[in-house]
Amino acid sequence: MAKVTLTVNGVKHTRKVEDRALLVNVLREDLGLTGTHIGCDTSQCGCCTVTLDGRAVKSCSVLAVQANGSKVTTIEGLAKNGKLHPVQRAFAECHGLQCGFCTPGMIMATVGMLKDNPNPTEDEIIHGLEGNLCRCTGYINIIKAVKKSAKLMRGRAR
Amino acid sequence: MYQFNYVKAKSLKEAGRLLASHGEAKLVAGGMTLIPTLKMRLARPSHLVDITQLAELQGIKLKAGRLEVGAATRHHQVAASAVVRKAIPALAQLASVIGDPQVRNRGTLGGSVANNDPAADYPAAVLGLGATIVTTQREIAADDFFQGMFATALKDGEIIVRVVFPVAKRAAYAKFAHPASGYAMTAVFVAQTGDGVRVAVTGAGPGVFRWKKAEAALAKSPKAAALDGVALDSSGFNSDIHADAAYRANLVRVMAKRAVAKLGRK
Repeated sequence: MAKVTLTVNGVKHTRKVEDRALLVNVLREDLGLTGTHIGCDTSQCGCCTVTLDGRAVKSCSVLAVQANGSKVTTIEGLAKNGKLHPVQRAFAECHGLQCGFCTPGMIMATVGMLKDNPNPTEDEIIHGLEGNLCRCTGYINIIKAVKKSAKLMRGRAR
Repeated sequence: MYQFNYVKAKSLKEAGRLLASHGEAKLVAGGMTLIPTLKMRLARPSHLVDITQLAELQGIKLKAGRLEVGAATRHHQVAASAVVRKAIPALAQLASVIGDPQVRNRGTLGGSVANNDPAADYPAAVLGLGATIVTTQREIAADDFFQGMFATALKDGEIIVRVVFPVAKRAAYAKFAHPASGYAMTAVFVAQTGDGVRVAVTGAGPGVFRWKKAEAALAKSPKAAALDGVALDSSGFNSDIHADAAYRANLVRVMAKRAVAKLGRK
């Protein structure tokens, strides 16, 4: 067992976890943050994407002990004071989802992408979402949603 | 996943000691191959020794015409590094097409090179540029380092510290990525160095290799057309549901020509 301290969505949590516990399991089972989904269990689908110290990672492929001392943001941490994050708003307005299962991962991957590249081209968006799969194949509206996200983020006073 | 003990090493020395005292211990850095492997119960290490955070393994420096990249440098850091983009743009470009963004945010140079997956990207650059692998024990030339599928010259307990790339006059990487996994179905790294042209191929055979006949042809005429008709022995090439050996052999030539054409545009 290992003692792990994570700052998740701005709140510090300390838990005793198994050395082999994956970050996604600690988020979902120990902290009750079930917005981060497990889609494939083989590190391919990207549903479990969160940001770890600001960078998008698949939380099913990171041990919780490896994340010790880090800052984690999950889908639950994006909205502030009841107001959706611009990327969430864009996904809702562009209907960038069908069943919605991949959506938390798509949104977190988009947050990571726009941090590096605030104004991506369509090609860069497609390349930037290579780690995320939508089994409904709703990619057209997802790409629209990322474009709108970028526009909203650029317009936001920071 | 089977149980194991996780240890965050405080120094390379401690990591070496842990590996020596536990025969079934394994190093972990980004974990982008190891963790999925553990999840499928394909490996059962007693200990995971994390070396990602060690200071000795960090940093990107240009020193006397050689680019030194610490083993724990993540792919996204290489892709975004102004130093790498200026010294060896093809290396930054290669790093930007490994796996997917989430993989590039975790995976490390040392991990990829030590694992030597037959379809990995980095081995092509390391061999193509004639880099040197600096370990805790010695310096190993790329030509001696890669020894076929998942096999390297690394001994038990030996840890990669950094990779030193000679700055090439020109270099380019052309990759035919598997559309789902992002691994190279076949990819070719071509470099024009002080010692001549080097052509390294990944994804096609059981491990990265140099296509020496192509190097000789390009030394005479550094144009894509020079590769038409150059012999390529595909007898050991991979055949799987994605592509058979003959298809991969054709891809090697096409990717090599694309890489050479990219050289010309710089």
